[in-house]
Amino acid sequence: MPVIHHPSPLTGFWTLFRKEWLRFWKVSVQTILAPVLTVLLFLVVFAHSLSGRVEIFPGVDYAAFLVPGLAMMSVLQNTFANSSSSLMQSKMTGNIVFVLLPPFSHQEFFGAYLLAAVVRGLVVGAGVFIATVWFVDLRLERPLWSAAFALAGSGVMGALGIIAGIHSDKVDELAAFQNFIILPLTFLSGVFYSIQSLPPFWQAASHLNPIFYMVDGFRYGFFGASDVSPWLSLAVVGGSFFALSFFTLWLLRSGYKLRH
Amino acid sequence: MIPAIDVEQVSKSFGGTRALDGISLTIGQGEFFGLLGPNGAGKTTLINILAGLVIASSGSARVLGHDVIADYRSARRALGVVPQELVFDPFFTVHETLVFQSGYFGLRDNHGWIEEVMHNLDLSDRASTNMRALSGGMKRRVLVAQALVHKPPVIVLDEPTAGVDVELRQALWQFVRRLNRDGHTIVLTTHYLEEAEALCGRIAMLKQGRIVALDSTQNLLRLHSGCYLELRVQPDRLPESLAALVTLRREGGYRLALRDYTEVESVIAVLRSAGIAIQELEVLQPDLEEIFVQIMRRT
Repeated sequence: MPVIHHPSPLTGFWTLFRKEWLRFWKVSVQTILAPVLTVLLFLVVFAHSLSGRVEIFPGVDYAAFLVPGLAMMSVLQNTFANSSSSLMQSKMTGNIVFVLLPPFSHQEFFGAYLLAAVVRGLVVGAGVFIATVWFVDLRLERPLWSAAFALAGSGVMGALGIIAGIHSDKVDELAAFQNFIILPLTFLSGVFYSIQSLPPFWQAASHLNPIFYMVDGFRYGFFGASDVSPWLSLAVVGGSFFALSFFTLWLLRSGYKLRH
Repeated sequence: MIPAIDVEQVSKSFGGTRALDGISLTIGQGEFFGLLGPNGAGKTTLINILAGLVIASSGSARVLGHDVIADYRSARRALGVVPQELVFDPFFTVHETLVFQSGYFGLRDNHGWIEEVMHNLDLSDRASTNMRALSGGMKRRVLVAQALVHKPPVIVLDEPTAGVDVELRQALWQFVRRLNRDGHTIVLTTHYLEEAEALCGRIAMLKQGRIVALDSTQNLLRLHSGCYLELRVQPDRLPESLAALVTLRREGGYRLALRDYTEVESVIAVLRSAGIAIQELEVLQPDLEEIFVQIMRRT
């Protein structure tokens, strides 16, 4: 009589992670090279037009100020794009069934999609630094702070991507999520400027934007200076990560838009 | 012995549509079971409830004693499902697809069985081919392989031969029969009723979310004891009293539906008394397809 095989611990999780990793790695021109090129174009345009005219932190060239912000922006956008597009495409093509039939726990499912998304974000971020380090003088004063914000920030966006991917049934639904929520929040998060330069209303509004804390905290690791305390930023980003993770796990447990 | 599948009073509604209406069904371990019904009868909904893709509105379902909701991980480990839709992941090759599916079920070092499944489904030559490059029939083979890759004790095949060539059908049934001989429980839905008749030991027929017939294939064939009489006669006409029995008129021949075999004698007597000579005569048993049509009309 055939028997049920007892699974090796974590094999399911690592396999799903590996599949998700290969999914973006196989099309790395589109998923890694293209975002790095986009950041380089931003850098060339903004640094060329503003370098020498704008000094946000004392003694820090504008191009150097810009690089961590752009790197963090690309980490966050690509992390979101990875988990959201993978899930939404799988739902649209129907091959989501291959990950719904196996005995994944909700935590394994969530963890594998999240980790793959975070890895893609960090690979793109690393690509940005590798591409810019040759012509921008950059110092990394507190690397652990930057690492903490890169991980926590990409965790937030990876979880948000999973939620968006589960919720979206069509490409335009996901595009609306990206164009009307993620993109404005990212561009208005202080990537290109310090919020100290904004009028009081917009300064206050920026404090409601969680991506501001990710960018500001990440930048603190480079320059040791930030718009708000890095501890506050870490609390906001970490809190957002845990809240979104619990919400995503609840969605997965409920079967929302995955199991009818 | 714990049943392979045990469904109790399962109902499912999608909005205002009742897809399943209080289905109860037990399938024993090692059975080759057929789930038949017209489109929209609820076969796929029932399968999807067992697989955890659809959550029942009420009732309970168990696979090898494991509740599909409360103990879903064990239930899913015990089950291999070939989905009806031809779906695939365009990023990967055939071999990658199967290795991933095996890994999802927690199996490492499963290469021997993966090779065997690919060999039996004639996929070995396509192991390195991207899924996008495969024909429809080949994609169907990979779907079957994916369902079998973790050697599930219970295998559900939801119309696995829809749109596939004769070669695959034969290879697939040979392999599935072997798995059944080895003790795997097979649940098959198909619109090819001759396949169900040849393969399934027991059959449930569904209509509008209810089971309208459930018996062994032999009993279903026996209980509907009608038969058909095929005749070629000279001159080529039938007496008025037999015209009502004609179900099929072919050139030079007639097919008559009879309630049972004893009516054959009276038909012959009527023909003789009308002076009509019988040139050819054949008594045919109804097949599952005819019984299916009868049951669906009657219920």
